[in-house]
Order: sequence, then C-alpha cells, then structure tokens
Amino acid sequence: MRVLDPSSAVAIFAIPAQQPAGLNRRDFLKSSAAAGLVFGLQLPLAKKAFAADAVGEVPPGQFAPNAFIRIAPDNTVTLVIKHHEMGQGATTGLATILCEELDADLPAVKVEYAPSNAALYKNLAFGAQGTGGSTAIANSWEQLRKAGATGRAMLVSAAAKRWNVSPASITVSKGVVSSGSHKATFGELANDAATQPVPADVPLKDPKNFVLVGKKETRRLDSQAKCTGTAIYTIDVKLPGLLTAVIARPPAFGVKLVSFDAASAKAVKGVTDVVEVPEGVAIVATGMWPALQGRRALKIQWDGSAGKLNTAGLYSDYLKIAEAGVGAATITRDKNTAAQMKKAVTTVEAVYEFPYLAHAPMEPLNCVAWLHDGMLETWGAHQFPSFDHMFAAQAAGLPVEKVKLNSLISGGSFGRRANAASDFTVEAVNVAKAIGRPVPVRVQRTREDDMRAGWYRPLYVHTVKTGLDARGELLAWQHAIVGQSIMAGTPMAATVKNGNDASSTEGVWPTPYKIPAMSADLYSPVQDVRPLWWRSVGNTHTAYVMETMLDELATLARQDPVAYRLKLLADEPRMAGVIKLAADKAGWNTPMPAGKARGVASHFSFDTYVAQVAEVSLKPNGQPKVERVVVAVDCGVAVNPDQIAAQMEGCVGFALAAALYGELDIENGAVKQSNYHDFRVLRIDEMPKVEVYIADSQHAPTGVGEPGVPPLAPAVANALAKLTGTRVRRLPLARQKFQLA
Amino acid sequence: MVSLKINGSAHSVDAEPNTPLLWVLRDELGLTGTKYGCGVAQCGACTVHLDGQPLRSCSAPVSAVGGKNVTTIEGLSSKTAKTVQQAWIDLDVAQCGYCQSGQIMTAVALLEAKPKPSDEDIDLAMAGNICRCATYVRIRAAVHAASAKLSA
Ligand code: FES
Ligand code: FES
Repeated sequence: MRVLDPSSAVAIFAIPAQQPAGLNRRDFLKSSAAAGLVFGLQLPLAKKAFAADAVGEVPPGQFAPNAFIRIAPDNTVTLVIKHHEMGQGATTGLATILCEELDADLPAVKVEYAPSNAALYKNLAFGAQGTGGSTAIANSWEQLRKAGATGRAMLVSAAAKRWNVSPASITVSKGVVSSGSHKATFGELANDAATQPVPADVPLKDPKNFVLVGKKETRRLDSQAKCTGTAIYTIDVKLPGLLTAVIARPPAFGVKLVSFDAASAKAVKGVTDVVEVPEGVAIVATGMWPALQGRRALKIQWDGSAGKLNTAGLYSDYLKIAEAGVGAATITRDKNTAAQMKKAVTTVEAVYEFPYLAHAPMEPLNCVAWLHDGMLETWGAHQFPSFDHMFAAQAAGLPVEKVKLNSLISGGSFGRRANAASDFTVEAVNVAKAIGRPVPVRVQRTREDDMRAGWYRPLYVHTVKTGLDARGELLAWQHAIVGQSIMAGTPMAATVKNGNDASSTEGVWPTPYKIPAMSADLYSPVQDVRPLWWRSVGNTHTAYVMETMLDELATLARQDPVAYRLKLLADEPRMAGVIKLAADKAGWNTPMPAGKARGVASHFSFDTYVAQVAEVSLKPNGQPKVERVVVAVDCGVAVNPDQIAAQMEGCVGFALAAALYGELDIENGAVKQSNYHDFRVLRIDEMPKVEVYIADSQHAPTGVGEPGVPPLAPAVANALAKLTGTRVRRLPLARQKFQLA
Repeated sequence: MVSLKINGSAHSVDAEPNTPLLWVLRDELGLTGTKYGCGVAQCGACTVHLDGQPLRSCSAPVSAVGGKNVTTIEGLSSKTAKTVQQAWIDLDVAQCGYCQSGQIMTAVALLEAKPKPSDEDIDLAMAGNICRCATYVRIRAAVHAASAKLSA
C-alpha cells in the first residue's frame, strides 16, 4: 500500500536516502509508479481542518521543539507517535529514532499517540495520516531523526548559554546534558530551551555513533503493560455511563433488513435501546452479556432472497474470464512474448487458486463513540485517522473540527483496521446517533461478527504459461490474474489506471527476475463482498505463483532452484544476497534425512528483500509439517534488530496459518466459517523453529511488518513438491493429503 | 447477587447466573486485563485461574465459580508468576499483546504444575492459546527461560 499526495510527492522523493543507489532500484521505482503503486489520495479534510502550526497540541509549560517531542520541567519526556501500534513495534521504532538523535533515555520516555492532524502527522509515503504498507519506519526515518536532533540542539544551546560554555564542549547522554562539572537534566533545561530559536538545519549523527539504532539491547516500550494486563485497548475503554452495543447484521452479503420487533430484546435485563442503523439492528445494553442476550432474543426479518455469491463456482467463473480474454487491463506487455513462446521446447501451463481470507485479529473490531456538546469523540484503533476522521464526521453530520479521535493501540490488524470506509468507526457513530442521548457507546463485534462481515483478502485465480528452451532456460512468460480490485470504489480509486490495480498485481510485475519476454493481464470482477488489503496485499498470492512456477521450471530444467533463481537475478544484488544468505544458513547443499525436504522462495515487497528456506515433513495424517524456516532479510539499516526478527517470526506463523488452513467459503452470500474452530489459525504446536538473519546494509530502512509473509507459502509448497512430487496450485495446503514421493 | 472471590478479595455482583465469568470480570468489576477473543473456549485470551487451574472464563457461567478463588492477570503475585512475566518482558514476547494475558496465565499454571516442561509439555499446555501475531517462538523460549530461572 503506497498512497501519495501529489503535493508532497516532490518532498518525499527529494529525500536522497530514500533512494538507494542500487542498480535496478530505479527501474523498480519507475515501473512501480507506472503500475500505480504510487497513489493519488485526495482527502478534503487534511487541507483546511487544521491550522498547520509546527508543534500541535502542547500542554502548557512544556518545551516542544516540534510536533513529536514534549519536555516538561519535571523531566518527563513525551514522544508523540504518529503511527498506529498494532503489534509491529512502530511505537518502539519511532521512539528509538527520536531518542537516538535527541539523546534521551529511551526506557524512561512516555509515548502518546498523535491526534488526527494530517498537516503534522501524515505518513510521508501516503500524504494522509495512516499506517500500513510497512511504511512506519521508512517514512519517519529522516523526519524523526531531524526532529530529535532539533530538540537536542535547542537543549544544548540553552545549556551553553546558562553555563557560558561553548556548545562544542557539551555532551548529551540518556537525557542528561553536561559540560565539565556542569550537569542538567532535560527537564531542568526545558524552560530555557523553549526560548531558543529553532535551528533551520541540524547535523545528524554519524551512524557509527548510534547508541540505540541497530542495537539488540534496544527493547520494546510496551512489554511491561502488555504482560501485566494494563495496556488499554478499545475493548477496555472506560467512560462514565458507557454502554455496549452489538449489531444484528444481515446473515448474507446482499441481504436487506425487512423489519424487526424490539419487544423481546428490550425485555432482557440490561438492554437499554434497540435501534435500526444502516448496518442492521443495534442492541444497546449496560454490558456485553445483556447485549448478546438481547440480540439472541430479537425478532428480526431479512428479505427472503438470499445473496448470490458462491465461492464454489467462483474459481471456474474466474478461469472462464481469463480464458475468454475479454476486457483485460494490461499489466505488462512484451510484444515478443508470443514469438518467444513458439520457440519453446517445453511449456508449462498452470492455474492457481486462492481463497478469500479473513484477517481475524485477536481483538474483534470495535469502536467507542460519544456525541456530546455538539461534538463527536471516538476511541478506537484508528489505523488510518485520515479516513476515520472524515467518515466519522460524515456519519455524525458534523464538521471535521467538531470530531475528535482518540487513537488507541489495537489487538492486531493485519490490514483490517486500515479501512477505506472506516466501517468499524462509522457503525459506532451510527449507533451513538440512533440512541439519541449524549451517552458513550462501544460497538463491539463478536468473533463471528468480525469473521462474517466482509472486507477480505479477495479470491484470486491466476493462469500462467511459461516456455523453456532445450537447455531449460526461460524464454517467455504469459500471465493472467482474475480477482476483485481492492482500490476501486475507495478514496484511492484514482490509483487504478486503465483498469490496472497494482494491489492485485504487485509481485508479478514489476519482477526482479530477468524474464526475456513477459506479458500479463488483469481482470477485476465485482462481487457483493468488500475486498481489503491483508498483510502484504497482492504479494499474498503473486509471490506464490511466481515462486512455485520458477521452482517447477528449475526442476524441469534439472537445475538447482537456488542457482536457477540467481541466474535470473544477475542485476539484483540485494535479492541475490538474501537468497544466498538463507541458503547458506539453512545448509542448502547438505543432504536432508529421509522423509524431509527443503524448499526455497524469495520475494521483494515494501522495498524489502526476503528469502526463506523451509524444511517440511509429513504428519502421520498426510498433512504437511513445517519444522524449520530460515529467513534472510535485507531491510536497509536495521533500526531494531530484535524487532525485525520478531516480525519475521510473526510473519512466518501468520503466513503458515493461511498456507495450511486459511479459507472462507461463501454459500448464497453467507460465510460458512464463524470462529477459530472452523477458520483455523496457527497454534503453538504447529509453529516451526524460525531463524532470522539480517543482511548488513547502509540503505535507508524499509518495512518489515509484511515482507516476511509472501515467501513462506511458496517455500513450503516447493519443499512439499520435492518431498511428495505434488505441485499444489490451490491453497490452502491442508485441503489435501500428501504421500512421500 | 452472586458472591465471588477474586484476586483475594470478596465481591458480590448483580449478574444473571448464566453470565460468563469473563463479562462479570470486565463489565462489572472493571478487570479488563482478561480479554475476549472468541467466546467459545477456542482462543484462550480469557484465561484466568480457578484455584490455580487455568479456566476459559468466556465459557464458565459465573454461577459455577462459587466460592473458589479466581485469579486474573491483575492478581498474579506468586514467584512463578512474577518470573514468567519478567521472562516475557525480557524476551519482548508481545506484539499486539492482546493474547498475552491469557498466554501468561496458562504458562504460570503450567510451570506451577510442571516446573521443567519439555517442548511437548509446552505444546500440550499452550495449544489452547491462540496468538494471531504468532509470537510462539518467543512464548516457548520465555517458558523455558522462566523455568530455568525458577530452578536456578
Ligand atoms: S475468549 Fe475465551 S477462549 Fe476465546
Ligand atoms: S501478541 Fe498479538 S495475538 Fe498474541
């Protein structure tokens, strides 16, 4: 996900560090832009709603050199975090960058999540305020280093003045400023620092002097709270008179409410209101249990005609679309593809099928809304405040200045809470409005509500034909992708150029592999269920196709899969680098014991390079058992190495869940799965050993929240193919039983 | 009115007898460290201790709790519990953190019963606790680390 406001585009790409000098980087950027990875997002509110003073909301008496740092005379250092914390460690990462240049004491700082104010807190990769696309560290790196260094410079000049010494004699470490026998805390200097001019240009540290960035010892800031039950999520928000609501929702996509009788629901003790909202019928109560009991008791009638969507038939429908070849959008076209294909001695044709997937974060979606005193306040996991603010204001019928978002951490997102319609925020506002009293209300989804409400990783079908010459060298690649467009019908619809939605195609094109002639088409049918980005977006399916097909070709050519890839990556040193690193650490060239096999896959996504080697065996029941995964990652400068490792581990487990089990079936518009018993996710007994190796790099840091996901499924599938002789072209893997070859 | 003993103190709450303990803890007593994840004993986010044994509070009617001692994440105080929590912090196990109250409650009960668990013991005891962020590598490491510390 990459959203860019045209007005800030120049500024972003003017940051030299963002453009590493890698040979083919340029080509990637060019083709990414052409393919539409760079979005034009137009939101009315960002422009006029907020006076763009440089520092934002500052408590009286505090030193605020900029929008990110507040220092109180009592020596409390508060950092304002502009990104949503959903587990990926953005809080710690951003605080680390700020503290590095500020020379503050990282474990002692307080953090606060930024208010909705895109002028100050926009994601420089999007031009709007929001978190996603593994951009949190990448887009903040220069900005926060400068912010930290500016604060430090002002503290230093305040101290120099107070002690009458030269600034050059001053050192700063862990929140203490000193020169000779002089010593002062940040707090003691705060008042004076506030009177210093803000320097226009500040020198940044030489990376070799970093004390926090790149250090394993740099720890998460939120572990204590999360291990003692004191971290506050939306589900935990307490407000005077807070009510809880659940919504009776249509049982199938495309079904409408006919009528309801509230009497029996209202008879449940604790139920206060039963109100119609656009999302269904809300049962409002003094707590979750009475709300649920009320929903159970509610008499409700939906229109008799069932929804139309059936996933069972969708795969063949999509295949027909690809075969008919009508109405294609061009992803890439090499006019030599057909001629090259004719020269092929061997061709491989394959159809790949990918199901709908739910995000299923641990904390089911929720939001608190309170309409009072002519304004609206919300408390929620506002991953994309620019969307949520605009849509909440719209739903409340209030100007954006009268809407205040309180942003909280979330119990996971994986893309679900960055929602281009702000569905979970808007429904809370709708319920608050329907109640008609100035009381706060939390709309809480049950797991079943969460699972069945749409906004899925869409179902995709790919068709691929490849051709090899007599020596097994690749000649041509013909590709078609069929699946719903995520971007169409959102505020980012403008990014779909000539029908080409890059979020459906990223990972197929542009490709780091040197394929002599490649052509690819996209078809984007529309369905009743809303599509959404899901951790690593298009790469969730494109990497599988590319990496399993390449593996198949290597096998056909009787060449080693690692060597085969490296040949096609002669101009991609960073991609080749992680493949070699993973292969080396996995002992690629050493034999495996009987009953076990290795598979390799790599993928470039979100400007980060990842390769994985998976070791797979079979369980007695014929299902795959992934025993070990070796991950190599090149994400530029490693800001928090231990958190990069944590993200790679988490990505492996998250991706493995989908590879093995992830599938939503929809019958007549109704989702069959409802909870974790039938939408299986990974449990500890299925978690492989994971080893993570981070490539040394001086390139600017890039994202790690998603890029560990795409290579996992193909690495496992490639190992399975070696082990069993079976090439799996429909996920999830656990749909079938395997036998050793 | 239902009488309960929670984290060492007596409470009486006005709740229907079939109300799951989870919602009594959260909505009546404001003990929000115990989380809701599935409501059907599938995920373990709601795990508390009932007389030291792990219990899925989402699926236990408050009437069934009776006079037994309920311990929630807020009430953890034993040496084992403190060691487990510290191991979790030292290894930065948590990502989103939402499942971790339940993970820690289960791990504490495991170590109280089995001070030196094998990987298989950990799998057996902890497979009922889902972590959607898949922090399992570190959960396993933290259980072992806590076990080592406790027996040192
Ligand atoms: S909420 Fe109780 S087990 Fe999931
Ligand atoms: S840390 Fe996110 S669900 Fe476990």
